[in-house]
Amino acid sequence: MAFDYTRSVKYFLLFDWIKGFQLGLKYFFKPKATLNYPHEKGPLSPRFRGEHALRRYPNGEERCIACKLCEAICPAQAITIDAEPRDDGSRRTTRYDIDMTKCIYCGFCQEACPVDAIVEGPNFEFATETREELFYDKEKLLENGDRWEAEIARNLELDAPYR
Amino acid sequence: MYEFFTQTNLGIALTLVGQVLLVVVPLLVALAFLLYFDRKVWAAVQLRKGPNVVGAFGLLQSFADFLKYVVKEIVVPAGADKFVFFLAPMLSLVLAMVAWAVIPFGDGLVLADINVAVLFVFAVSSLEVYGVIMGGWASNSKYPFLGSLRSAAQMISYEVSIGLIIIGVIISTGSMNFGNIVNAQDGMGIFSWYWIPHFPMVFLFLISAMAETNRPPFDLPEAESELVAGYMVEYSSTPFLLFQIGEYVAIVLMCALVSLLFFGGWLSPIEALPDGMIWFFIKIVFFFFIFAMVKAITPRYRYDQLMRIGWKVFLPVSLAWVVLVAFFAQYGAFWGTYARWTVGG
Repeated sequence: MAFDYTRSVKYFLLFDWIKGFQLGLKYFFKPKATLNYPHEKGPLSPRFRGEHALRRYPNGEERCIACKLCEAICPAQAITIDAEPRDDGSRRTTRYDIDMTKCIYCGFCQEACPVDAIVEGPNFEFATETREELFYDKEKLLENGDRWEAEIARNLELDAPYR
Repeated sequence: MYEFFTQTNLGIALTLVGQVLLVVVPLLVALAFLLYFDRKVWAAVQLRKGPNVVGAFGLLQSFADFLKYVVKEIVVPAGADKFVFFLAPMLSLVLAMVAWAVIPFGDGLVLADINVAVLFVFAVSSLEVYGVIMGGWASNSKYPFLGSLRSAAQMISYEVSIGLIIIGVIISTGSMNFGNIVNAQDGMGIFSWYWIPHFPMVFLFLISAMAETNRPPFDLPEAESELVAGYMVEYSSTPFLLFQIGEYVAIVLMCALVSLLFFGGWLSPIEALPDGMIWFFIKIVFFFFIFAMVKAITPRYRYDQLMRIGWKVFLPVSLAWVVLVAFFAQYGAFWGTYARWTVGG
């Protein structure tokens, strides 16, 4: 019967364990992959789809014209829009609600919008304590738009060449 | 004053309590940092940072965990045998601690300088299996029971080979006292320690120690992917903490045993440097590092593999080694390396 001496010598000298130990030490001294999250954050793509926002024109006029394309395309049916002509005759929304608990963050609303009004901004830290706080209305969305306008505009500009 | 502590009963009792605290308190504090060290090493191998929030570099993490465990609610399973359920974690901690009574930290720096110290450590660490079995049985639940059964078989299997490995060292020294065992290794620094004449047994002892203390890759009693947490499933809060501390005290004890039996305890590796307690601690930390690395790099053994190694590899090899060492010692082979008898002969 042939006896595999190499294998048994390796077995008794813990050859595989020593190799594993070497590999372990190699990783031991490597730079670590961990980010100290609240203090350090990873990079975000300009295409990142985070919290929604309704944008305004530079003169302060809201962009949304209540065409309801976003409401129609929304696969989760998270968007509800009511519209009426305003006093000056322009067509505007009277109600623009997004149920953030239904939203799947697919970005279709942003793609469908002809005037770049509804966008998904770079913010992903909008956890709340109650479910009700996640039912966003028009006021909240416009406020988001005002707060994140600088980042949103930069991201749209950076992404423009690929569209 | 001196008469009070050496002559009166109360004085002697107080001295003993003081000596015990002198061993137990530094041991527990050191354990907190060794636990942190263990987690850091484990994390580093997996490219994580590990605990780094509580205190500078997360150094106080273990103390935060301790507080968390202590203030949590103790849940007792409905069908549990309450007395045994609470006895088990205490038993496993106390037994792990008791073995430290005979571990010398320096020349003569030992709580109980008894001449059967090796036997004492061996007896106490054999009893440790009771903590696990009682915990598993008293929980009155499936997984803890299975875990404790595995643990019983595993610890008993590996105690046999640990015992035989230690017999080799005892034959070489002619004494069961740790002080004598270490002093027999004195001489030419690192080259006169027992790891050279007993070279293969060092690895066998390390591996058996891992199996004996339920450390990965032999953590079958608490295999979390199969048995959730084995015998500790039903434990929470302080009893769980006691189990954890007991387990780690036993691991550090095994590290101490390796350094005492094979790596010269408190002796310095280079002749020119003075011997001292610090070398003993450095050796313990080094072997603890090895334990932590092994945990990080090895997958868990299957139960039949564990039993095969224990009974079909370790037992015959260590038994043959005992016979070989006895032969070498009797006939003074290798310039008497194997027969450094300090007592008798």
